[in-house]
Amino acid sequence: MAVNDTLDGTHKIIEEARDQNFGMNVPMLNDFSQELTTLNLGPTHPATHGIFQNILQMDGERIVSGVPTIGYIHRAFEKIAERRPFYQITPLTDRMNYCSSPINNMGWHMTVEKLLGVTVPKRAQYMRVIMMELARIADHLVCNGILGVDTGAFTGFLYVFEERENIYEIYEEVCGSRLTTNMGRVGGMERDFSDVAIQKLRTWLKRFPDVMREFEKLFNRNRIFMDRTIDVGGITAEKALNYGFTGPNLRATGVDYDVRVMNPYSSYEDFDFEIPVGTKGDTYDRYLVRNAEIWQSLRIIEQALENLPEGPYHADAPHYYLPPKQAVYKNMEALIYHFKIIMGEIDAPVGEVYHSVEGGNGELGFYLISDGGRTPYRLHFRRPCFIYYQAYPEMVVGQSLSDAILTLSSMNVIAGELDA
Amino acid sequence: MADTIEESAAAQATAVAQEDPHKLTNAKILSKLQELFGEASFTDVEEPYGLLTATTTRERIHDIIQTLASEQELKMHFLTTMCGIHYPENEGQELGMIYHLHSLVNNVRLRLKIFFPIADPVVPTLTDVYATANWMEREAYDFYGIIFQGHPNLIRILNVEDMDYHPMRREYPLEDGTREDKTDLFFGR
Repeated sequence: MAVNDTLDGTHKIIEEARDQNFGMNVPMLNDFSQELTTLNLGPTHPATHGIFQNILQMDGERIVSGVPTIGYIHRAFEKIAERRPFYQITPLTDRMNYCSSPINNMGWHMTVEKLLGVTVPKRAQYMRVIMMELARIADHLVCNGILGVDTGAFTGFLYVFEERENIYEIYEEVCGSRLTTNMGRVGGMERDFSDVAIQKLRTWLKRFPDVMREFEKLFNRNRIFMDRTIDVGGITAEKALNYGFTGPNLRATGVDYDVRVMNPYSSYEDFDFEIPVGTKGDTYDRYLVRNAEIWQSLRIIEQALENLPEGPYHADAPHYYLPPKQAVYKNMEALIYHFKIIMGEIDAPVGEVYHSVEGGNGELGFYLISDGGRTPYRLHFRRPCFIYYQAYPEMVVGQSLSDAILTLSSMNVIAGELDA
Repeated sequence: MADTIEESAAAQATAVAQEDPHKLTNAKILSKLQELFGEASFTDVEEPYGLLTATTTRERIHDIIQTLASEQELKMHFLTTMCGIHYPENEGQELGMIYHLHSLVNNVRLRLKIFFPIADPVVPTLTDVYATANWMEREAYDFYGIIFQGHPNLIRILNVEDMDYHPMRREYPLEDGTREDKTDLFFGR
């Protein structure tokens, strides 16, 4: 009797898991009469690198089905944005993909500039490109470094994290903060690169390639690493497109979609770089694509720094770009503009804009509807993590738990971006 | 040397000339859409910032997106994003859904909108066409209470399950509207 009860209970759990499994017809590997284990992966498991939960049904070491639960750090950014002037939304974007905040910041600034019709001078565009590519490198270093940790190799992680630290120091020199950068403004950058910043950037550009080569030497042809990652968590290009994948995860499947090339923004058309693609879309391909992208980003930074044009670092848009602080103290007009901007008393034009940038994880889109007021009427963020993480249960079914963790870390799911 | 440069320039010129007839303009997309689905299907056609935007009805939206997903001329095979919206003053058309489609081959985007009454917020699901629609629709349900008919698992995604309202609707202000400590004679909030 008791045994039957337990079995019935198990049946119910399986049925429920299947019902809840987002309608995907996940094949059950085994007969229902076998005993399954329910395993909570998360919400605060160190291997998930963020706050989200997966309720896994395990048959021994194999995953039978997974039900992700998200929203643990939902902060209602889209609602908050409806009450804030445009410049106050920038700090919200920081907190989405906090591994590459400058990309989010500048994507948002470009969206507003598109709405306002502000043209940003070439120098500011190049400065933005430099910072965005640094952010991309930092983002990919985190992802690949931690992928190494999850396979049991701690060394590479420590090597590249030192370089990530140096990138943060460059951020600090450029905007004053490190993680949540709030970098730049609508209309350009808030200040020019200082000599120290340029110096740090040049030193880093000299240093980093050697570290990166060493990192690649540790992993790329490492037998253990290859055995752990090849054919793990693969997805086909058709499925990936159907799931709305973008960024390195899509490119690992062999689709060369990159917003920087497809719809160039911020003068990306000036630079010579390649889009690395993979073939199988598995964990190893995702790892290789990210590494290759780091090299391409380095190329872009070198070109941008070499050809950094002279000129102003912000647009001439007094209604939206804060005047210099010194002028605010002495100059009546500057004081008025400063006051109006800070108090959010400047109305934006009516319109709707969709602008997307290539974020660390894929197409980061901003859909802004303005009704002519001081705040957006509606702001929707297309968060690449949120969109591709829903493929995770399908990708891990049939794998062992340790492979599922590698799949998760190679997809680079950032909880902040997932939950907004 | 000079010859090769001229040749390549000429080659480029012909390439551009050859490319042009195939380049999809918004006018071409619109005429193709109207050919496929009838002219009455699309109202309020606009091009804000170059992105073709059209309003259609909830009866037609599933058919349109499903047809486009396998259509071979426009190749609108990628659902970029979708989101809900609430216009409380539009009587009978309060809620809306906005879909962004992208043709990765032709590199053109299309924005489709539907509007429907808040008393009857039922629209067809797109989960049978795009797997990616699953969570986006759950998000729209969570935020706006839009019911997606045929969705396999329409539960809240970002907010807690026992929440009894849909927070992105305009009737829920972010700050308490009765507060007076923040009202200001000149910069009223």
